[in-house]
Amino acid sequence: MIISIASGKGGTGKTTIAVNLALTLSRDFAKPPQGGVAKSTATFNNFEQKNGGSSRITSSREKSGLNNVQLIDCDVEEPNAALFLNPVITDKKSSYIPVPVIDRDKCTYCGKCGEVCEYNAIAVIPQKEDSNGNVLVFPNLCHGCGACQYLCPENAITEINREIGVIEIGSADNVQFVHGKLNVGEAMAPPVIRQVKRYINPTHTVIIDAPPGTSCPVITAVSGTDFCVLVTEPTPFGLNDLQLAVEAMRKLNIPFGVVINRCDLGDDKTENYCKEEGISILMKIPFSEEIAKSYSKGESIIDLFPEYRDRFNKLFIKIKEEKEN
Amino acid sequence: MIICITSEGNNLDSKVDQRFGRAQYFIFYNDETSQFEAVQNENVSGTGGVGVQSGQLVAGKQAKIVLTGSVGPNASQTLESSGIDVVLNVEGSVKEAIERFQNGELKTTEGPNAEEKSGLK
Repeated sequence: MIISIASGKGGTGKTTIAVNLALTLSRDFAKPPQGGVAKSTATFNNFEQKNGGSSRITSSREKSGLNNVQLIDCDVEEPNAALFLNPVITDKKSSYIPVPVIDRDKCTYCGKCGEVCEYNAIAVIPQKEDSNGNVLVFPNLCHGCGACQYLCPENAITEINREIGVIEIGSADNVQFVHGKLNVGEAMAPPVIRQVKRYINPTHTVIIDAPPGTSCPVITAVSGTDFCVLVTEPTPFGLNDLQLAVEAMRKLNIPFGVVINRCDLGDDKTENYCKEEGISILMKIPFSEEIAKSYSKGESIIDLFPEYRDRFNKLFIKIKEEKEN
Repeated sequence: MIICITSEGNNLDSKVDQRFGRAQYFIFYNDETSQFEAVQNENVSGTGGVGVQSGQLVAGKQAKIVLTGSVGPNASQTLESSGIDVVLNVEGSVKEAIERFQNGELKTTEGPNAEEKSGLK
């Protein structure tokens, strides 16, 4: 099952929920079958890229029938899950998008490429009596869709890869970990997110930490997931952005439920909204200075407050029930 | 020669729009006939690459010079490649800008004077 954790508003606790859920599941649902002790050093370094991208992780534990857990951090603009999980990174790959290169000998400055570019990444300056034509490519505006190359009547366009980020693969505890990091100054998160998601192993329980908001990166991160947990806080901003996120989930037909973090602060409008809309509240976490302190040190809640391990187990059970309904 | 002035309105009394890519109007003034054409800029609300689009629009109108407030890096590159000179930091009305240019008071510069996306601020 693939569970995405999204929010609308930023800073509501997506990463906290994602990390603690992943750790709980890896400890309580991923025990070796016959009372053996799970090794804490995971052995899934051998990723195999298959058929244009779908990759798969194999491990000795998987072979022994163990229910492994993956945490996939898709918040590539600020991937923070690693700060809490402290994974050992075992593999690193560059993330590219293809950008056009114009063959000046073949180009007739017809302007087709500039016309079809949805992102204004190509300017064609037509030939004039007193000057030659010119084609300008703005790689930082290019989304790598390939339309220009496909539609150039002169076959004057080829593509080269431009690095926009990096994918890191590793492990911590019994959690398989993958995250993407968008290079500083780059604006386009979705291609990196798509590449990170190729490491999803659908036979595992997969937790996806999504970016905040409801724009392209979020849609890319949550698409194709079986269930989405929307983490919110009971403030006017939290509710406003939750409503946007709910709309997005309904459009995408992804079943979802809500976790209210710092539930004893703010007001009861968020809870009332969920009741009116028939949205399940999966979990409520009261504000606690101790949790805030542990967060600031990069510690997970379940390590400090053992009762939360039970609560995150119940969250998982609720997610499964909700998904069935 | 065609002079392009970025403008907040569609006539010569309008103020010079300080943004190039997201200017409300482009006024194309023909200094031989003293006639002008005002073109509403459809790129005003574009999400990205508006400097590139506006640059091509101006080039397509055969302008030789642009009088404006600021241009960003993409617009600057597009205008330069099209052989169009740029005068930056032009204020006041469109009419005043044309007069000052014709009196030789305005100097062209090379390169952008604004960051990408600054027209959105």
